[in-house]
Amino acid sequence: MRIRKSTIGLLIYLTLTLLPIYWMLNMSLRTNADILENFALIPLNITFDNYIKIFTDEAWYSGYLNSIIYVSINTAISLATALPAAYAFSRFRFLGDKHMFFWLLTNRMAPPAVFLLPFFQLYSTFGLIDTHIAVAISHCLFNVPLAVWILEGFMSGVPREIDETAYVDGYSFPRFFVTVFVPMIRTGIGVTAFFCFMFSWVELLLARTLTTTDAKPIAATMTRTVSATGLDWGLLAAAGILTIVPGALVIWFVRNYMAKGFALGRV
Amino acid sequence: MNKIQDNRAWFLVMPVFVIVAMSAIIPLMTVVNYSVQDIFGPGNRVFVGAEWFIDVLGDRRLQEALWRQFLFSGLVLLIEIPLGVMIALTMPKRGWGVSATLVLIALPLLIPWNVIGTIWIIFTRPDIGLFGVIVNALGLGFDHTASPLDAWVTVMLMEVWHWTPLVALLAYAGLRAIPDAYYQAARIDGASAWAIFRYIQLPKMRGVLTIAVLLRFMDSFLIYAEPFVLTGGGPGNSTTFLSIHLVKIAVGQFDLGPAAAFSLIYFLIVLLFCWLFYQALQSVGTGDRA
Repeated sequence: MRIRKSTIGLLIYLTLTLLPIYWMLNMSLRTNADILENFALIPLNITFDNYIKIFTDEAWYSGYLNSIIYVSINTAISLATALPAAYAFSRFRFLGDKHMFFWLLTNRMAPPAVFLLPFFQLYSTFGLIDTHIAVAISHCLFNVPLAVWILEGFMSGVPREIDETAYVDGYSFPRFFVTVFVPMIRTGIGVTAFFCFMFSWVELLLARTLTTTDAKPIAATMTRTVSATGLDWGLLAAAGILTIVPGALVIWFVRNYMAKGFALGRV
Repeated sequence: MNKIQDNRAWFLVMPVFVIVAMSAIIPLMTVVNYSVQDIFGPGNRVFVGAEWFIDVLGDRRLQEALWRQFLFSGLVLLIEIPLGVMIALTMPKRGWGVSATLVLIALPLLIPWNVIGTIWIIFTRPDIGLFGVIVNALGLGFDHTASPLDAWVTVMLMEVWHWTPLVALLAYAGLRAIPDAYYQAARIDGASAWAIFRYIQLPKMRGVLTIAVLLRFMDSFLIYAEPFVLTGGGPGNSTTFLSIHLVKIAVGQFDLGPAAAFSLIYFLIVLLFCWLFYQALQSVGTGDRA
């Protein structure tokens, strides 16, 4: 009985969460004039014009491609560098480890606006402005520390004995890490990958500052088109619905890692 | 857990250090540089010492924004952390429901921040927005562009809607990482649901909850795009949070010196509180394990 009550609570929460998103979907299927004139719980004159415009206009769909490219690069870099570092923090004491660990997170604590000008100068010097790699690297500033912190939490939950047993069994460190350890913390890796993807995907300030046309992110495309046409709500809503899709796919793919958890004594 | 002393671990940390330091140290030095100078133009600058810091600290508007910011972040933590944990506890543990709830819960996180503000503008409009129409149909006379209280309620609702999923996902992953053996042991002991939560789930979630608290604190303290787009800091100054005030100085008045000094003070406040939270949560955790 108690379980059923909590399920009802969850359903209520999910419904409330989906209301603004449903409203976005609702608006995306209507023309701008219809949105501004009528209140309609369910769209009556459904039109797909907004979506057609996004899929046929290169200025629109290239924004999605650009975002997907730099977000993927960023997630790959973040995970690849954070995995060994998080292992080091969870298993070893070394010179300055505590300071280093906290310092990493302090990079998320400065107001993002202060980074804009220095970043622009820095990347101009290397001729990296308007490239996907520039955005991907700049987003490492907030994603790598996050990845290290999340992964460290999960790695600390894995008992040391597992490492030691593996070494006694003759595993080298790289082989142990890849074949034994990484599968054990796949919950953590799934969560981390999703968060890296998410924070990079929704970040606008840095991505917009470091790009002009070739690597322009979708969030920036949305602001410009919106202001130029005097707020086309239908188009904006359709673009908003489409920004949800890649992330939803990512979480769909990592869901098994997140949901299964780890079984102790698997080794 | 006993850790082994081994300085070779630095080799594992080095890539992270290099990639973060490259993006972090140069910008920070630039800001420190600006904060102690008065810049009239390229090659024309005067060293002014602590003048900007004194200026900024005496600014009454900034002090108001600061208290507003503390109130906001405090409310965010008080609402989102318990709510997120509750959601994580009620989420299904196996079957098709897992995938469905994970995806549905994560949706608000995936919308770019400026778009979130824009969507909430129309969502809360009393004439054509779903939320505005429903609330006004209940006879509450809701209008976030006129009443400061309504504006606060709207910004808080948007914030809770947007970010509680992050806490829920972290807490859920933390829960899933608890081995079944712990639950079986608790079942044999006949532990109540509350006892399981208090002595197994909560301590085991300490790591992810620390991250959740720190992330939610710093991100809500630095919040800019969503409230700015939704309310523009108004009505009056009632939702002008710290970063909105900062951008007004830096971009609106183009005062780089005060803006840089402001940024550093801002950064130090966030740093101080994160450190306090971190220390507190670490010691709570060790107390549980003892």
